[in-house]
Amino acid sequence: MISEKEILKILAEVKDPEVPVLSVIDLGIIRSAKITDGKINIIITPTYSGCPAMDVISMDIRLKLIEKGYRNVSIQQQLSPAWTTDWMTEEGKQKLKAYGIAPPNPKQQLCKEEMFMEEAVQCPRCKSHRTKLISQFASTACKSMYSCLDCQEPFDYFKCH
Amino acid sequence: MFESNKKSSNISTPTGPKDSGLFRREQGAFLYTLHLGDNALILGQRNSEWCGRGPVLEQDIAITNISLDLLGQARNFYQYAATIYNNFNNEEKKAVDKYIPRLWKEYKRELQEDDLAFLRDEHQYLNLLITELPKGDWAQTILRQFFTSAFQIYQFAALQKGSNVQLAAIAEKTIKETTYHLRWSAEWVIRLGDGTEESSKRLKEALVAIWMYTGEMFVVTDYEQIDVNAIKEEWMNKIEAVFAEAMLELPKQTWMQSGGKEGKHTEHLGYLLAEMQNLQRTYPNSTW
Repeated sequence: MISEKEILKILAEVKDPEVPVLSVIDLGIIRSAKITDGKINIIITPTYSGCPAMDVISMDIRLKLIEKGYRNVSIQQQLSPAWTTDWMTEEGKQKLKAYGIAPPNPKQQLCKEEMFMEEAVQCPRCKSHRTKLISQFASTACKSMYSCLDCQEPFDYFKCH
Repeated sequence: MFESNKKSSNISTPTGPKDSGLFRREQGAFLYTLHLGDNALILGQRNSEWCGRGPVLEQDIAITNISLDLLGQARNFYQYAATIYNNFNNEEKKAVDKYIPRLWKEYKRELQEDDLAFLRDEHQYLNLLITELPKGDWAQTILRQFFTSAFQIYQFAALQKGSNVQLAAIAEKTIKETTYHLRWSAEWVIRLGDGTEESSKRLKEALVAIWMYTGEMFVVTDYEQIDVNAIKEEWMNKIEAVFAEAMLELPKQTWMQSGGKEGKHTEHLGYLLAEMQNLQRTYPNSTW
């Protein structure tokens, strides 16, 4: 029977449909992958409550495992402990940056409700830290929009959560 | 309705047959979960009316992203409410029957999240009245979001410390999103209040229009799962702090409108439901 390590290797091939450079492992949403009595039990944790990618991700995990010959699979969602961008792998953060999205800063006081605070977000293109927040919500709820004051390019920032 | 569950809230879960204390407590959890889901769904639906109509593109996207968060929260609550209901025995089901959609009963299958969202009638909704008010202008939408997010922050914090494990888990997840909603809406209240003559005038008019709907947040119902009075002061402190920066004064008016938490709604809810539920009622059980 397949080992937990091998399942995780397969899951590394399942991509986030909205940010296709990230795998579900990079995102840090796989809580566990256990095998009991020949059945693969996977527990995932949702990123954002309303994220439309979550249902697709569950289905993609199932399809990928079927493709590899594993049909007896259970996928469950677990809400607590709540997902945080701190669970994203370092490799995942580097992939995001290469893709043109600024990776999340470590979770800090700025995830709190204090108003008019700006994070030091590095431009993924020219690496300048002279950047400006345009909107706290961007192409998806998990990102905010910034613009670089040096290279003048707008970019998405995967905000800390 | 049923009696207050205050007396029985500290008893441990009995291992034998369900006693009447637990019976009332589980009904309370069911109705309270519906109330939380309804708040999120109705406010999310209202905010989504801005889609393609926002004052600038970035804020159009912001308010619709907030809608999406709220819709996701509503799904979590409705899924849990459906689970509670499906685990009820017949006697328990009968006790909450007036909140269960009539159409679903013909389906002969377990209750699901979509049945709760799309098949209930107006008087079966338990949302706060403030969530169903028309979106109004940008000032009214912002102010409503601010009042509601400020309430939800403290409500979810209280639920996280509560004894209901599933509600605590949903609250733990949800509060992170609500933090962004609160920060965004509070900043906009300040921007409008301390902005131009026109923006300040609009915000003041919005305050006159919706202030009387804020009191309902702190009205105690039979199904309440947290001590709403305990969070009233925190809520008021937050409002005062932001109002001070927004150059806004708290209204003197003290009379407050309530009723939503008991299923008595304004004339606005029916129109919202008609639009939102049309598809599921015309083509029952349709999926995409």
